[in-house]
Amino acid sequence: MSVIIDTGCANLTSLKFAVERLTNDVVISSDPETISSADRVFLPGVGSAQYAMGVLEERDLIDVIQNLTQPVLGICLGMQMLTSRSSEGDIACLDLVPGEVKGLQSQGLRLPHMGWNTLAECTDHPLLHGINEEMYFYFVHTYGVGVSDTSIAQCEYGSRFSAAIAYKNFLGVQFHPERSSAAGSQLLKNFLEIKI
Amino acid sequence: MLARRIIPCLDVRAGKVVKGVRFRDHEIVGDIVPLAEFYSQMGADELVFYDITASSDGRSVDRSWIERVARVIDIPFCVAGGISTLDLAAEVLEMGADKISINSPALNDPSLIGDLNKRFGQQCVVVGIDSYQDESSGEYQVYQFTGDVERTRLTAWKTFDWIREVQQLGAGEIVLNCMNQDGVRQGYDTTQLTQARLSCDIPLIASGGAGTMEHFKEVFEKSDVDGALAASVFHKRVLDIQELKKYLSESGVEVRK
Repeated sequence: MSVIIDTGCANLTSLKFAVERLTNDVVISSDPETISSADRVFLPGVGSAQYAMGVLEERDLIDVIQNLTQPVLGICLGMQMLTSRSSEGDIACLDLVPGEVKGLQSQGLRLPHMGWNTLAECTDHPLLHGINEEMYFYFVHTYGVGVSDTSIAQCEYGSRFSAAIAYKNFLGVQFHPERSSAAGSQLLKNFLEIKI
Repeated sequence: MLARRIIPCLDVRAGKVVKGVRFRDHEIVGDIVPLAEFYSQMGADELVFYDITASSDGRSVDRSWIERVARVIDIPFCVAGGISTLDLAAEVLEMGADKISINSPALNDPSLIGDLNKRFGQQCVVVGIDSYQDESSGEYQVYQFTGDVERTRLTAWKTFDWIREVQQLGAGEIVLNCMNQDGVRQGYDTTQLTQARLSCDIPLIASGGAGTMEHFKEVFEKSDVDGALAASVFHKRVLDIQELKKYLSESGVEVRK
């Protein structure tokens, strides 16, 4: 079974529907036991890091997420929360993937970075099976994770940032696969099939 | 590179998609969910649903279709129409919409923009602006309640001032509907949009007037808008989205293939 962690943010439904187009075996939950026993865990998020970390804390989910050993996919703010720190509100995050969240250096390009963009430096990580640099994904964000050893794909918007990261069992994508048409569906399918 | 967005707009009235000319004389185009699915499969980058009667009736949208749309499409979509409170916005977003667009409610209570921003994030908050150029003075002015010709009225806002104001308040995107051009397919108002662009640092979406593929190219090239919204050219199958994107791509406009 796959679990979408109920982070109290708004895009849970669209993620659930997108996963349901691939498997029936998915629930939205904030119950620690349900989350811990899942085969796959999604950590979605939109809004501010401060608000979302506050929700995880309030629901006693920080330890639960930090102790997960199954594949975990953070999406957008969910990916950002996997890192150690966010400069959005200057708050500590889950500290599961090395790196920090900083404001995008868009070099004068309009913010938020909103719309369909392509990937760069797309690696052969199993999460990106069948995905290439010609494909477009839907991004909506103002903050991002810089490029580092954990980056498995990058994106360029004024400067480079991580479009996807992977570290141990923790994976993350800055874009919204649930809203990225066929390319996004391929990524979700890869995650459901991934072996770590 | 960030792609320019092609955005079909579906005006919804009583559970059906309708289209009027210059905001009047609505005719039924079809059912909401199959049309949404069709556009999504054809390569639309985003969809906007406007409940055109909502604000002008003093009632809100019938929202049961939002969840049905969210189930079938895998591109972002925005819902507009009578979303005048945080709770209504929460309901629409929880049903699967990615953004909410406010127009008349923002004019009634501008603080709603900031409240929506704080609760849901800037990316969710689209402000729709209906702008009409006064033919004698040449001034661009904001109108309200444009869904109902009987109640449509001029506001105190000049268009470019309102564009600056809503950004200050926390809007994440602006859809500028140029009413003089709406539904007549004579081309986007690139004069107005180019001027609006200078006042707008957030994504700006052009609306009103698309009739040919050249009109899309023109508005992207001249006015540097992030997206172009259109209704009748898509509903009446005057333009095919795939062909439009192929044309734009060959013309050097970055679009999602």
